[in-house]
Amino acid sequence: MNKIYGLERADLEKWLSRWSEKSTVYCPDEGDGRGPASFSGWKVWAGDVLPEIKPGPAKCSIKTFYFPQPESLHTFSTASDDPDAFLLMEAERDRSANVLVGLRPCDARAVYLNGLPYSKDPYFQHRDSRTTLVGFSCLEQCSTCFCQEVGGSPFDTHRLDIAITEIKGRFIAEVLSERGEALVDGAGGAGPASDKEIAELDRLKNEAKVLKSDSGENLKAKELMALYNAGFWDSVADSCLNCGACTFLCPTCYCFDIQDEVVGNKGRRIRYWDSCMFPLYSQHASGHNPRGMKMQRVRNRFMHKLKYFPDRFGPLSCVGCGRCIRECPVNIDIREVLKDLLGVE
Amino acid sequence: MSQINSKITEEIRSKVKALLSAEEIAAFVGFIDGTLPMTARPFTARSPEDADRLVFNSFCVVNPAVYLPPLLKSLEPPRRPTDPLPEGPLPKVGILATGCWSRNISIQLQENQIARERVVVLGTGCRGMVDMRKVGSIIDGREIEKAYELDDRISVSGKGFSEEILLEDVLRDNCLTCICPNPVIMDHRVGGQVPDRRVDNRFPFVDEIESKSLDKRWEWFQNEISSCIRCYACRNVCPLCYCPTCFVDDSRPQWVGKSLDPADTSIFHILRAFHCAGRCTNCGSCETVCPMGINMRVLTSKLTKDVIDLYGTEAGVDSDAPLPLTTYSETDRQDFMV
Repeated sequence: MNKIYGLERADLEKWLSRWSEKSTVYCPDEGDGRGPASFSGWKVWAGDVLPEIKPGPAKCSIKTFYFPQPESLHTFSTASDDPDAFLLMEAERDRSANVLVGLRPCDARAVYLNGLPYSKDPYFQHRDSRTTLVGFSCLEQCSTCFCQEVGGSPFDTHRLDIAITEIKGRFIAEVLSERGEALVDGAGGAGPASDKEIAELDRLKNEAKVLKSDSGENLKAKELMALYNAGFWDSVADSCLNCGACTFLCPTCYCFDIQDEVVGNKGRRIRYWDSCMFPLYSQHASGHNPRGMKMQRVRNRFMHKLKYFPDRFGPLSCVGCGRCIRECPVNIDIREVLKDLLGVE
Repeated sequence: MSQINSKITEEIRSKVKALLSAEEIAAFVGFIDGTLPMTARPFTARSPEDADRLVFNSFCVVNPAVYLPPLLKSLEPPRRPTDPLPEGPLPKVGILATGCWSRNISIQLQENQIARERVVVLGTGCRGMVDMRKVGSIIDGREIEKAYELDDRISVSGKGFSEEILLEDVLRDNCLTCICPNPVIMDHRVGGQVPDRRVDNRFPFVDEIESKSLDKRWEWFQNEISSCIRCYACRNVCPLCYCPTCFVDDSRPQWVGKSLDPADTSIFHILRAFHCAGRCTNCGSCETVCPMGINMRVLTSKLTKDVIDLYGTEAGVDSDAPLPLTTYSETDRQDFMV
């Protein structure tokens, strides 16, 4: 049985202060939506007051903590008199330990899902091992939230270390992992939640458990080529601008490209975000592009999330956070695409 | 529902239906209602039934001219790059055009991206489009669940609130400084003529930045673009950006770094703006679609202002006027030469 604590706001803030002694604690920052501090939508907790966590996910996902823009993989020298010239050296690893407070269950679920294809990726795993996730369950959802249609839930605990639910002004913290325990142990200031609070938490969880549909299993059962050749892709592509707003804001879009950057006689090999919406993403060295048309690219983005990924790993690679729906310049709505795919015979 | 816009919507539907039914056009670029309140989705109608879905309202924030060149090309019969165009008329495309959208069509014509005889323009006057960020700040960022538009107001409501907002208070800044609300090119008119807007200062934001010191200007620019995620929505939504390969996408040679180094992001934004000099119609699409809220239109506005000062001309307003930066004249100013 997980340990469950009941906290006042001040107790929670004390926890954050204690955690700040050994780690960097981040919390959501809506700010003015601009400026370096709010680029990621997350700011270092300054030790004062925990900001109000608004309903729905933060503007930007926590992807930047797992896939920095860019990640240095290797360094090398290009100096002709250097005996080690062009020899790849392992780049220095980021040793900081991060605690992210206030993310929504969808963003934590995204880390779990990204961890499936990245299970053997040393960079992702290194960062994950140094990141503790303290999530806030969703008592209120936005109109663009649809986690229950893609296998998630407002109370999903996948990959969360601590799940906090705000009940009547008190914070009920459920410790879900050893890493979570390590945080809470010695942080002090919090007693166990009352039986009444635990009963209320259970009631809320049961209420939210109802999955609205089993899209993942339904799509897995469908024949790939029937979905691939469906007629509606052309009309999705008619509107699509092929920009990367959806991919770059999506918490489960994890594709990258690798390049060497050289300044003076020092070089580094970097891994940075790429988007299957961009023609260069799939362009071959020969000049041929297997996804040379806009329709092929926009189809790939959805097919990857909703068919290829579940076929290979099980769950859908979409957490239902709704960021792409809100920020798409031309209102392409993944819920419509999902519905269209489910309607394919 | 706005009486003015619902009348325009009806006229668009019946005209497009007639054009598609008569096979005068193969497709029509317009808008349909989006899935979220206060959104309109750019839409390509290809059948008379599709025409029934078309709408016109104050939320049509994307300039549809961006779809025109690739759509026309896609309707040509498939052929190899070196093959000549087939003989006989090629399929036509219809498009909805307000003042600035029509100016972009005019530029595409001048720059030989489209052929006039293949484009059927449905022109309409425009009273301006809504800036969702302005609406958001009025309702304190709360989520809008329902919205409907009247002629001069928008009524929005959500959990625990309901507000009426004056349209004029939430129009986009580019619309508030619009000099051309009525189409400059038109084959059919829908709706009535819209009176010109009285604009005292067309470049208030440019003036504000220009008045700063060099250091402060640079500071403003660096801060403005610091949240850029390089998604290129601003570039892809722009009807001027039709290069087969953008300079930021080139890899041999690579002109610009690919990740988020401020130097690379700066180069992207500066060069993007310069490529629009003398061509930008102030349609505001770039700024509107930016998911990070970057006001990159200030950069293109500065260049518009400079081009007016240096060449006395404005993009797309007069289709016979030579394009300032691609036309050579012996009387061109040369005071930059040493």
